[in-house]
Amino acid sequence: MRGFVLGLMLAFVGLNAQPAHAVVYGAETFMLANGMQVVLIPNHRAPVVSHMVWYKIGSADETPGKSGIAHFLEHLMFKGTPKYPAGTITDMVARNGGDQNAFTSTDYTAYYENIAVDRLPLMMEMEADRMRNLTLDVKEVDTEREVIIEERRMRTDNVPGSLLGERMNAALWMTNHYGIPIIGWEAEMRGLSRDDAFNVYKAYYAPHNAILVVAGDITMDKLKPLAEKYYGAIPRSGEYKPRARSTFLQSPRADTQIVMSHERVRQPTWSREIIAPSYAVGNRADVHALEVFSEMIGGGSTAKLYRTLVVDQKVAASFGAGYDGDAVSYGTFSVSMTPSPGVTWQQAEAAYTKAMEALLKDGITDAEVAQAKRRMLAGLAFAKDSPISAASAVGAALAVGQTIVDIETWPDEVGKVTTAQVRSAARKLFTEYASVTGVLLPPSGADAAGEAP
Amino acid sequence: MMSFIRTSFCAAGLVLSLAAPAFAITVKEVKSPGGLTAYLAEDHTNPIIAITFGFKGGSALDPVAKLGLSSMTTALIDEGAGSLDSFAFQTVLEDRAIRIGFSAERDMVRGNLVATTPNSAKAFELMQMALTSPRFDAEPVERIRRQIQVGLASRQENPSRIARKTLMEAVFPNHPYAREDEGTPETIAAVTVDDMRAWVKRNFAQDRLLVSASGDITPAQLGKTMDMLFGQLPKTSGLDTNLPEASVPAKGQTIRVEKNLPQSMVLMAQKGLKRQDKDWYIATVDDYIFGSGSFASRLMDEVREKRGLAYGVSTSLQPYDHGALMFANVGTRADQADISVGVIRDEWKKMHDAGPTQAELDGAKQYLTGAWPLRFTSTGSIADILLAVQRDNLGIDYLDKRNSLIEAVTLDDAKRVAKTLYDPDGLTVVIVGPLPQPAAKPQAPKPKP
Repeated sequence: MRGFVLGLMLAFVGLNAQPAHAVVYGAETFMLANGMQVVLIPNHRAPVVSHMVWYKIGSADETPGKSGIAHFLEHLMFKGTPKYPAGTITDMVARNGGDQNAFTSTDYTAYYENIAVDRLPLMMEMEADRMRNLTLDVKEVDTEREVIIEERRMRTDNVPGSLLGERMNAALWMTNHYGIPIIGWEAEMRGLSRDDAFNVYKAYYAPHNAILVVAGDITMDKLKPLAEKYYGAIPRSGEYKPRARSTFLQSPRADTQIVMSHERVRQPTWSREIIAPSYAVGNRADVHALEVFSEMIGGGSTAKLYRTLVVDQKVAASFGAGYDGDAVSYGTFSVSMTPSPGVTWQQAEAAYTKAMEALLKDGITDAEVAQAKRRMLAGLAFAKDSPISAASAVGAALAVGQTIVDIETWPDEVGKVTTAQVRSAARKLFTEYASVTGVLLPPSGADAAGEAP
Repeated sequence: MMSFIRTSFCAAGLVLSLAAPAFAITVKEVKSPGGLTAYLAEDHTNPIIAITFGFKGGSALDPVAKLGLSSMTTALIDEGAGSLDSFAFQTVLEDRAIRIGFSAERDMVRGNLVATTPNSAKAFELMQMALTSPRFDAEPVERIRRQIQVGLASRQENPSRIARKTLMEAVFPNHPYAREDEGTPETIAAVTVDDMRAWVKRNFAQDRLLVSASGDITPAQLGKTMDMLFGQLPKTSGLDTNLPEASVPAKGQTIRVEKNLPQSMVLMAQKGLKRQDKDWYIATVDDYIFGSGSFASRLMDEVREKRGLAYGVSTSLQPYDHGALMFANVGTRADQADISVGVIRDEWKKMHDAGPTQAELDGAKQYLTGAWPLRFTSTGSIADILLAVQRDNLGIDYLDKRNSLIEAVTLDDAKRVAKTLYDPDGLTVVIVGPLPQPAAKPQAPKPKP
């Protein structure tokens, strides 16, 4: 649900080759004197690198009333510095054969260039420059505000499922800032000013709050002097303070249901989001146990609940489960179903509830846990195949507070998960944490099963 | 300041184009003992093997009454084969992280296999079974049918889908390319197991097969694997792949599809160039400058950067075996859709009239040649590119010579092709969104609730 954080899960859980003691990425790291972490993931297949700078600032760090400012600043970071005036950053990167972009999540903002390795110094010079020397013209800020509002229309207003997701988030997280959309509420986006962007920039865009990740055809012997030259030259401007995150949980806990009809919906869908422990909050053993549990029940077409609901009972056309434990505050466990034609969402939900209750009671077996773990580790070699996806996965994990050791020992930790831990973590999830259920329906009066025969 | 920076960038680009050949992926042609051919990029860096193959044909050959036959059949080929039912087959795939997939494109049916080296023998065995003895058991057939129908219902009101369907019917009237190849609820309901078995017989044959591979496999191993995978397929197939040429009407039109949307979806197309056209690389450079070059493109600058009318605007060249299109798309605030269309039309005309500038041409060549190695960053993507090289008859040395083809484009070429290719009068525009309101119309007072 929380946008880009999902990427990491796919890289880890989805792609997943070796037994214990495998290293996932072979990453190397050191700290610059000014507090900026430098990470290298070597990959020498093609003479290219993925160069990423991650800032530990996301939408959950925003001041109340300024929703969308972290993402707006991400857009404005392309507007220039005295050295790279308006428009020249994108021009410079393109003329060097680079692909570039940026993205914002609840907990981080990241900028990247994928480019030939001999162009890396130019990219580092530019990123180091715009870390401290951004200039913003009011007219450009005004035009770009229209762009982010169009982006909101494209991603959210035009998409009924996204509109429902926004409402589900708000109901689930309440005062926890994960309830605020990353893109922002439109009314607040309209009020975002140049000063608002600069306030965030000044507070968070500094070496002690940033991570450099380079993946590709370079060694630490070559990378270290470059990092020191370009990023190391920026004076330290503060100390990293762990981010204030609400750990507020609905009290008393409640399960909320939101039913939304929309004129452009023809096919009902059902989903449930449950607040869950994360790498940062709660017991780490539960995190790995929930990763295994999610693979076991919904990781594919042979997973347990998929078999029950889609193959055997046929109440759903599809079923999936996912767990995202990469967050500075709590994580999220999610399940989703598309009811089969002719089946109401209430019938599908009742079948899910019954199947999940049976599973939690006595349905989690040693054999299934062992199989889920095997699957998660079988494709580990895929994780570092592409330097671009490896840099994204490692950067996202570090930006929410994991360490290189956490990332590289992930296979060992998954290997250690016991059946008892999976049972315990799953039972706690469904009894101790709040949930929101979202149902998306065709306009009232329309045939609930859509137009399928 | 600015010109100084540009100059230094040009210099940098020059170095890059000279340095580019340093990236060497060696492509070998492998002949199997049984006489099959493949392109291979052997690379033992990672313990991963990818094989991509295609059978010429594709969804454009689906019968009208069974539209979606290709997509439904390809979805079912890995749902049980030989002695393994769907559950047993998928269990082996998931336990060993083997990725097997089939998909139907307009002119080709594609198969993919990606596996780690220790699991590759098992992966080849499963793929061989899928190709030669898919089961089409009742349970997976009905499950996949249900999933396709639910998917069709989910996308029914999707603005991009509506725009695409409307546009394709307008630019390729009465041609199979204009059909929605995923089918309709009625045609998907009509597909039978016999249809799918017959489809497999017609489509999987050696005379229409192209194979490419990359990663941790030697030529000798690949040769043996190819004979094992494809050796049992019929040598030839009776499938007639000759479609009529898809011609685009000379005169474009504007079509409005009324939908209550906060953001209008605009899709445009005109006649494009086929992949084998002698001007392909020139058109690629022009298209980068005009609209496919992300933030470097004219359209992005005019529509987004200068006016804030859209988040995304882009163009693409889309060649088919029997026709070609050039697309543009933009998602833009409903009450400004006509303004965005006007800006894009003006740019279309400017491109036609004057073509690109020398600075734009230099920038395009620097990006297109410099970014070429970025396409080769995963085992699977390399195999996919090698398949495209064979499909389009680009030659086994294509990866090495491609940048020189881009470098050879002159300003005269770029202007000449812009003049003939960009045809503002031939542009068909589809706008999905609210109908435009007369500008000065006063708002009727709303009754109090």
